[in-house]
Amino acid sequence: MKPAPFDYVIPATLEEAIGYLANDDVEAHVLAGGQSLVPAMNMRMSRPELLVDLAKVDDLDFIRDESGSLQLGAMTTKRDVEMSPVVAHAQPLLHAANMWVAHPQIRNRSTVGGSIAHADPAAEYPAVALLLGAEFEAQGPNGKRTIPVDDFFVTYFTTALEEGEVLTKVMLPAMAAGTGWSFQEIARRHGDFAMAGVGVTLQLDSAGHCQNTRVVPFALGPTPVRATAVEEAINGETPSADLFEHACQKMADGIEDPTSDVHASVEYRRHLSSVLGARALEEAVDRARAAN
Amino acid sequence: MSDKKTIRVTVNGTAHEAQVEPRTLLADFLRQELHFGGVHVGCEHGVCGVCTILMDGKAVRSCLTLAVQADGHEIVTIEGIANDAELHPIQQAFIEEHGLQCGFCTPGFVIAIYELLRDNKEPTEEQIMDVIGGEICRCTGYEGIRKAVRSAIKKLQAASA
Ligand SMILES: Cc1cc2nc3c(=O)[nH]c(=O)nc-3n(C[C@H](O)[C@H](O)[C@H](O)COP(=O)(O)OP(=O)(O)OC[C@H]3O[C@@H](n4cnc5c(N)ncnc54)[C@H](O)[C@@H]3O)c2cc1C
Ligand code: FES
Ligand code: FES
Repeated sequence: MKPAPFDYVIPATLEEAIGYLANDDVEAHVLAGGQSLVPAMNMRMSRPELLVDLAKVDDLDFIRDESGSLQLGAMTTKRDVEMSPVVAHAQPLLHAANMWVAHPQIRNRSTVGGSIAHADPAAEYPAVALLLGAEFEAQGPNGKRTIPVDDFFVTYFTTALEEGEVLTKVMLPAMAAGTGWSFQEIARRHGDFAMAGVGVTLQLDSAGHCQNTRVVPFALGPTPVRATAVEEAINGETPSADLFEHACQKMADGIEDPTSDVHASVEYRRHLSSVLGARALEEAVDRARAAN
Repeated sequence: MSDKKTIRVTVNGTAHEAQVEPRTLLADFLRQELHFGGVHVGCEHGVCGVCTILMDGKAVRSCLTLAVQADGHEIVTIEGIANDAELHPIQQAFIEEHGLQCGFCTPGFVIAIYELLRDNKEPTEEQIMDVIGGEICRCTGYEGIRKAVRSAIKKLQAASA
């Protein structure tokens, strides 16, 4: 339970960090909060030759509200997200989802960028990013680029980031006025990874019908996904418990190849996702009504 | 590869300089090099919480922190919580309220609760549970620990009144 030998550098600039990461001769990994990477190294599931610690790189640790769009530096900790009045005001959904991540002792080090780059299928941050339509800024040997969330999460623990690229910024657009939201999950113990979770945003039109519904189940397959069939079944309809339960049951039945492991069987995950989906939709409607 | 690096850390108020391999975990450095035996090691993947220490005042897992990452930082272990003459009110509360049996988990609990009560004189039940849920105790049960936290809150309020 100790890591295999490796070398360690702590560069002062992003360019220097990218230089180390882009060297093909050495298997180099970014070290952010270390709350996923170090356990994997302790268990020898990961054996990098070089760790490139981003702790001293300037301007990766910030929380900014730019006319409603929330900009988070990759090295911002989840503890800072939790404590930030800017986040609580601009993006209460992120604040709520952040509280499902582990415990203060982990959130003190775990970073925003680490959760996005790590792309654990049961993690909250990728689901929030998909729900809100995030964009990510990355910098690598070929310069800077912006990656929309729809192109980012590829499969289990795999993203569109290329060799040598560092995720630098997460951008979460503001929710439209009157949007109701909900973020629900079930874990064995609070703070453990989710066995199933669902995030929802929606609006109500002047007749009280649902519109612009987004439903994102997570912890059920390789990446969080948009449940477009549920979204379509609900848009234009009057919200009701029946409608939500029916649509979410169909969503659960339709999930392809759900994860099955020691934490939960396929059947149980399907069941949780349908119950959580209906619960999340109802809460989002309540919030939308309160906001109108 | 993996040449030793020089690090400078302050532990419980005393400055140390040492040569460490990059793969040395902060927990092992504190235990084996500096002989702070109160830094316990259990799961080594961040789950059990026995290795929790303060780094720059924040409760963190020393099994998920590399010793090289502590370079230039300030560490406090359970040995640095009490003053010479008497136990810290949190430690006293653990004794009085049966917050421990074997004591293996206790250093992690005390450090994590120390951070909570330093920043928040009147935590909610939810905030208390969020912190103690991040530490695993396998023999006392959490009721004694919750009582100890409530008692520590009163002791600290009385001391600052
Ligand atoms: C006990 C425990 C409970 C946990 N519970 C939860 C939970 O409930 N929900 C949850 O979501 N997470 C949970 N986590 C995981 C935690 O949130 C991780 O810290 C997080 O997923 C990764 O962030 P990090 O900053 O620690 O990244 P690291 O561990 O440092 O890195 C993770 C991976 O991402 C890469 N990486 C990191 N930053 C960048 C970057 N800027 N650019 C490119 N690549 C990068 C690294 O190279 C590595 O491959 C838990 C962890 C522990 C130990
Ligand atoms: S030994 Fe560090 S959390 Fe278990
Ligand atoms: S007192 Fe024995 S594990 Fe907690």
